[in-house]
Amino acid sequence: MASTSSHTSAPHGVSHDDHYHHEPGFFEKYIFSTDHKMIGIQYGLSSLAFLFFGFLLMMAMRWQLAYPGKPIPVLGAIFEKVLGADMAQGGVMQADLYNSFGAMHGTIMVFLAIVPLAFGAFGNYVTPLQIGAPDMAFPRLNMASFHLYFLGGVVMLGSFFIPGGAAKSGWTSYSPLATLADPVNVIDGQTLWLIGMVLLITSSLLGAVNFITTIIQLRARGLTWMRLPFFVWAQFVTAFLLLLAFPPLEAAGLMQLADNVLGTSFFLPTGLVTSGGQVPVSGGGSPLLWQHLFWFLAHPEVYVLILPAMGVVSEIIANNTRKPLWGYRSLVFAVLSIGFLAFIVWAHHMYMTGMGTKIATFFQTTTMMISVPSVIILSALFISLWGGSIRFNTPMLFALAFLPMFGIGGLTGLPLGLNATDLYLHDSYYVIAHFHYVVAPGTIFALFAGVYYWYPKITGRVMNETFGKVHFWGSLVFMNLIFSPMFIQGIRGMSRRMYDGGATYFQDGVGADPGILKLNVSITHAAFGLALFQLPFIFNFFWSISNGKKVTSDNPWEATTLEWQTPTPPPHGNFASEPVVYRGPYEYSVPGAEKDFSPQGQPG
Amino acid sequence: MDIPYTVNPRSDTGLYNAKVGIWLFLASEVMLFGAFFSAYILLRVTAQQGFWPDVADGWPHGLLNIPIGTFNTAVLISSSVTVVMAWMALKENNFPKFRNFMLFTVACALGFLGIKTFEYKEKFSHYVIRTTDGKVVTGHFDVDGKSPLFWTLDTVKSKNIEKLKVEVDIPNRYRFPVGMQVPEDIHKAHAEGRHHDERVIEVSQIDSLKAFIPSTHPFFAIYFTMTFLHGLHVLGGAIVLAYFTFIGTDLWRKNPEQFTNRIEVGGLFWHFVDLVWIFLFPVVYLL
Repeated sequence: MASTSSHTSAPHGVSHDDHYHHEPGFFEKYIFSTDHKMIGIQYGLSSLAFLFFGFLLMMAMRWQLAYPGKPIPVLGAIFEKVLGADMAQGGVMQADLYNSFGAMHGTIMVFLAIVPLAFGAFGNYVTPLQIGAPDMAFPRLNMASFHLYFLGGVVMLGSFFIPGGAAKSGWTSYSPLATLADPVNVIDGQTLWLIGMVLLITSSLLGAVNFITTIIQLRARGLTWMRLPFFVWAQFVTAFLLLLAFPPLEAAGLMQLADNVLGTSFFLPTGLVTSGGQVPVSGGGSPLLWQHLFWFLAHPEVYVLILPAMGVVSEIIANNTRKPLWGYRSLVFAVLSIGFLAFIVWAHHMYMTGMGTKIATFFQTTTMMISVPSVIILSALFISLWGGSIRFNTPMLFALAFLPMFGIGGLTGLPLGLNATDLYLHDSYYVIAHFHYVVAPGTIFALFAGVYYWYPKITGRVMNETFGKVHFWGSLVFMNLIFSPMFIQGIRGMSRRMYDGGATYFQDGVGADPGILKLNVSITHAAFGLALFQLPFIFNFFWSISNGKKVTSDNPWEATTLEWQTPTPPPHGNFASEPVVYRGPYEYSVPGAEKDFSPQGQPG
Repeated sequence: MDIPYTVNPRSDTGLYNAKVGIWLFLASEVMLFGAFFSAYILLRVTAQQGFWPDVADGWPHGLLNIPIGTFNTAVLISSSVTVVMAWMALKENNFPKFRNFMLFTVACALGFLGIKTFEYKEKFSHYVIRTTDGKVVTGHFDVDGKSPLFWTLDTVKSKNIEKLKVEVDIPNRYRFPVGMQVPEDIHKAHAEGRHHDERVIEVSQIDSLKAFIPSTHPFFAIYFTMTFLHGLHVLGGAIVLAYFTFIGTDLWRKNPEQFTNRIEVGGLFWHFVDLVWIFLFPVVYLL
């Protein structure tokens, strides 16, 4: 049995395993690594970089919304030089550039930043450790998964620089707009978007197969299903969502690719006419088909974004309240119910398409049903706080903030799940506010919490607490200053599809309401504030690698789960000796126990 | 620590890792092809009348070669049988028998792809011609003794051709959906064993001329996309099985059990590819 709290040095961990002993070269160690921890770090660093890049795209768009027609400071000149004068004439963001930034902001944030960070990075690094496995079940598939992801990212980024620019039909890429948006170039931004998506889908497919197999097959002795940490359950359900929901989008992507390149009419209706006259295609296709296939993925994708975040938050809350999670079994069954229901709610994104009231009623019902397990999870986490002796460290602050922020995001989703209210709110800023409350101060806060929480296991050092708290409070305040005014804008009817923020629209005196336009300016200022408060995090993240406070134990947070029973950082093969599990995941403050935490690997 | 259960099954699940992995992968493949079949259904039920004036429901019927498709189905099913026989031969510790069955399997795969290529070529030289009087015919035509591929009306005009001698298809009975009356003259032609009418069409009278390619009609779009994707799966499976027949045999000497497992996993994939075709064949050829 591995001793749990003594500091074990890395070489000791691998000493019994001779064939891993040769020192790997740079490429083998950092680029072509098959070790789940290195792949997790690769995913983590790339996705954080994409997160930052996606944020910059949004900053440029926010400038245009607040000050339409004014040149973007600093970046404007660069855009004009790099992307061409038709994109940024005189440093002013043109409509095409705004559209492509909007589409790519969504794509990059969802598919290249948050999912890879939540699933690829945390899932890869933590899941095998928490189940006591030496690695993932298929290490080479794992490597291939990261390489495909990286390639997909390169294709997406490359699409900015081709003639016509990146995809500009929204991250949803609705047909026929997506096919007709760039009639001049055959290999246009949309085509590259589709190729990039096929690569990313293949990557996440390999990851999903690997995760599920690992969790089913490689659990340590004694680690029964009901002893799995909730984080592992969340990753398990997430992997199933990715496995089964992504292929239909792959199919849709291939069909749209055929529409773009081969001139087919999968999604192009008969008699399609644009400003250039009749579109020379056979027609006979169905634009609704794209939307069905897209949302069949993209709704489960929302749960892919949120479930790993809930997993991270659960770990941190149990650890920092020093008591077991309230209702562990309900949490598990709730997450399984979400996993199932996630597949039958997709068309609540399509009330506006006029698909029929009967279908709308069905999806409205399932949507109300799926809110039940979500509320169970959130309530269980809230109740877990009750009577705990809470440690307010940085990871815990982020985890605590996740609860009300996700709560706001979730509850404001209810009016969008109901047909009657959605018809009014759907095309407005209300949707942007709702979705971003779920994902930005929701998921991203949880992921920040995870970074602060697992950083000591990965590097052997703790991130600076002062910088962490500055980062937290600044982010919390400015996140709310950005997204809560958007609810007001949306309820007042401001469209989310206008590249000048509505300036032209209100100029005509139609529904003139200068108040909501002024909010555009304050939101942009808040976005700059948010950017400012990410600097302490970026600095802290790199500075602490070599200057952070060294941990004195392998288990600095005094946690119970198995990842803290490995040497720090865990060597290749992870555990010094085969771990055996004797108890549930959250045995904190067990009456009569010697300490206030009883690790899963502690006998008795 | 080595990764456990790469060869021997875990006792509580009864499976080795790769077997769990392949079943999960096949589940995702079901979703992939399921999406295409759903797309097929939606495109077909929303197809508009009048696009193919010789049929009632706007969706082309009977344009694919059913005897060849049936033969190809038989080829693929046989390979599915022999891939199991090959695996059983390994279980009997009989490597030469394994190799023979696997050679047959791979040969079937290549045969299937060869036949499919021939069918594709046949379609690319098959044309739907719409004349200015509103009539539509389908058929092949020869130019200088060759059957041209992928031509359009512009190609014909650019070659300064004035008249096309077209082997016009007499629609077979599959062209008519269930419940629709087959016209008398077509019955008569079939009874006399005639399947084509030779007809000369003035190029100036042609309104549009399109080969049977994906952009011509959603039927061809979904037919080519699905069969091409299926063909890629056949090719991928054939490469893997061929690898274990010719190159990767070292593993048999080193670790026969792992080798047998890999053949089992490859075989599972092969059955899936076969199964997709079992659905694909009636849907695109017969219905």
